[in-house]
Amino acid sequence: MARQARQARPAPHLWPRLASLWGVLRALSGDDAYERYRAHHAARHAGEPPMSRREFCADAERRKWSGVNRCC
Amino acid sequence: MRKVAAVVLALGGAIALGGIALQRHEPINALWIITAAVCIYLLGYRFYAAWIATRVLLVDPSRATPAERLNNGRDFLPTHRAIVFGHHFAAIAGPGPLVGPTLAAQFGYLPGTLWILIGAVLGGCVQDMTILFLSTRRDGRSLGQMARDELGPFGGFAALIGTLLILVVLSAVLGLVIVNAMKHSPWATSTVAATIPVAILVGLYLRLWRPGRVLEGSIIGVSLVLLAVVAGGWIDHQPQLRNAFDYGALAIAAAIVIYAWVAAILPVWLLLAPRDYLSTFLKLGTVALLAVAIVLTHPQLKMPALTQFIDGSGPLFGGTLFPFVFITIACGAISGFHALVASGTTPKLISNEADVRLVGYGSMALESFVAIMAMIAATLLDPGVYFAINSGAGVVGATPEMATHTISGWGFPVSVQQMQSLAQAMGEHTLFARTGGAPSLAVGMASIFGSSFGRGLAALWYHFAIMFEVVFILTTLDAGTRVGRFMLQDLLGQLWAPLGRTSWYPSVLFASTLLVAAWGYFLYVGVIDPNGGVNILWPLFGIANQMLAAIALSVATGILVKSGRARYAFVTLAPLAWLAIVTTSAAWQKIVSPDAHVGFLAAAGELAAKFAAGALSAERAAVAPQLIFNQRLDAALTVLFTAILWFVILDMARVCVRRLRGLPLRSSSEAPYRQSQLPGAALAEQ
Repeated sequence: MARQARQARPAPHLWPRLASLWGVLRALSGDDAYERYRAHHAARHAGEPPMSRREFCADAERRKWSGVNRCC
Repeated sequence: MRKVAAVVLALGGAIALGGIALQRHEPINALWIITAAVCIYLLGYRFYAAWIATRVLLVDPSRATPAERLNNGRDFLPTHRAIVFGHHFAAIAGPGPLVGPTLAAQFGYLPGTLWILIGAVLGGCVQDMTILFLSTRRDGRSLGQMARDELGPFGGFAALIGTLLILVVLSAVLGLVIVNAMKHSPWATSTVAATIPVAILVGLYLRLWRPGRVLEGSIIGVSLVLLAVVAGGWIDHQPQLRNAFDYGALAIAAAIVIYAWVAAILPVWLLLAPRDYLSTFLKLGTVALLAVAIVLTHPQLKMPALTQFIDGSGPLFGGTLFPFVFITIACGAISGFHALVASGTTPKLISNEADVRLVGYGSMALESFVAIMAMIAATLLDPGVYFAINSGAGVVGATPEMATHTISGWGFPVSVQQMQSLAQAMGEHTLFARTGGAPSLAVGMASIFGSSFGRGLAALWYHFAIMFEVVFILTTLDAGTRVGRFMLQDLLGQLWAPLGRTSWYPSVLFASTLLVAAWGYFLYVGVIDPNGGVNILWPLFGIANQMLAAIALSVATGILVKSGRARYAFVTLAPLAWLAIVTTSAAWQKIVSPDAHVGFLAAAGELAAKFAAGALSAERAAVAPQLIFNQRLDAALTVLFTAILWFVILDMARVCVRRLRGLPLRSSSEAPYRQSQLPGAALAEQ
């Protein structure tokens, strides 16, 4: 009972906030890049097969490190 | 409501600045500086940046950005402005704003602080926002391409050569900073060594086991790296293990050069990309923690507002307050390098033109705030301690007794015993002559962190701070070498086509070796220089970085005039004029000054005369020819930087004059208008 009560109290306000914080963290770090690519792909190029997660990540890394993206 | 907020800001800033002004002859609290800084950034953002966006740049929120028009779900991707802000800040924030203010603190806390604030609000932030905007209007084109398109082929070539040279000088000086932090420090060396297998482990994790799970990989990596800091302390107490990590400066420099060469030719996923995740996490975490800790401890600054070294006789580097404070603090006030980042990845993520104000101006304001915190960390130390850590043995004397005697004689009392007990508290053998700024910043950070989050952990905090600086300097070295390699291959490819193929392995090896050898040479000379080397390399880097800023501001001014906004061109022309004055006068002094403390040629001449007369000790005579050659080479580089600077300015002036006379010009490379279909400036494409 006590445990249920403890869990129930923060739920309505806390969880959505925690979830959105997690979403921001994922977006900031690039953790969600593949999901965003899949969403884009499904919307614009539904007919073609998308890249696999592995292919996408390798491609993203290659693009990221072929220009100036770190500073002094 | 907005007006009330603005009035509160203005009053807050005025009161805080007044507080600084009135307390000139007694210790000042860091909170005054923090308050004044935050108010000035917010005022600049609220009024100047908004005015520039609407009146000068004519930002159009209804216009589709390249992220929308060219959306490919990968590099072109409309992204929420808070996320772009985070990406852009992580990209521009490097070790520069930590090192520059620490060195400039030799003039006292006031000149550097004022330049960081004014330079950022009127110069650096404006440059970053303007270049970001111009690149966004041109499908995310690079600074070099924009210079070529808008000014002419010379501008583009100058930007390329300038960037390549700046990468060489930057890598050398950053390498020197970490050599001085790790020499004869088994704790620091073993911790840094441990970060290499940790990064490789994270790289394998993100490539093979859980592709793209960046957060998981980073959390594992950061935990292991923190563990390595603690383990380093344990190693430091094991007599035999300790010796295995105890190396002199030359050995560490050699290790860094070899490491950077290997890292630059390895695939990015194995070392560079995972280490970058670690260093970004550490960087953002440490900066946030430092801000909280400064507010919690609100320390008093012990450095005077101005020291006698404004006359040019400073022990960290020679040269008078004007122009050298403006050269020493580049990143944090205005950094030309940012223009490369602002015209690279970031413009391809901007979902609405209006976001350039937050992303461009806002990120630079935050970077400038990091520089303010570095200034606070350097000036809260006892000035005697600050000078003892940061002065080379060639300046203050080789033994602790000589050094403390010299420094106390300047009016900054410090004793051998005080330095010994400080070194012991930080878990180090000695802190004398650890030039380059990183160790004194780490001592400052350790004392702030130590007094807010647990006393007695100073040694742990010190080595955490060293590890944090070294890890992200290594990332900059690696990324810089790689970018430099691409540029070099681009240039070499024009001589012989196969050398330009970025995936042809012999060409990769050749270009990487050439680049690492170039900065490795400057690093080597810096290490053997008894004056510490940083005193030579940092001003050279400052001149190079300001030259790049001048190229960026010339491109911006040229575009403003070409597009009929000449009456607003002062927005970029004023910082450009200031940089041209500062850079040229600094370069002039570095070349022609008869004072061996300032002029490269004077120093070379003096050393050559002593060498010829046999007045040098055997140890110094052995390295004298290399030092003499290096000073002359530095003078030649300074001439080259200044020449590039003025050629680009004249090229820009030529374009402006043609425009004002109504003569034909290259057409604008701006992409044509298209109405945005995105709902507002919100997170689109989800």
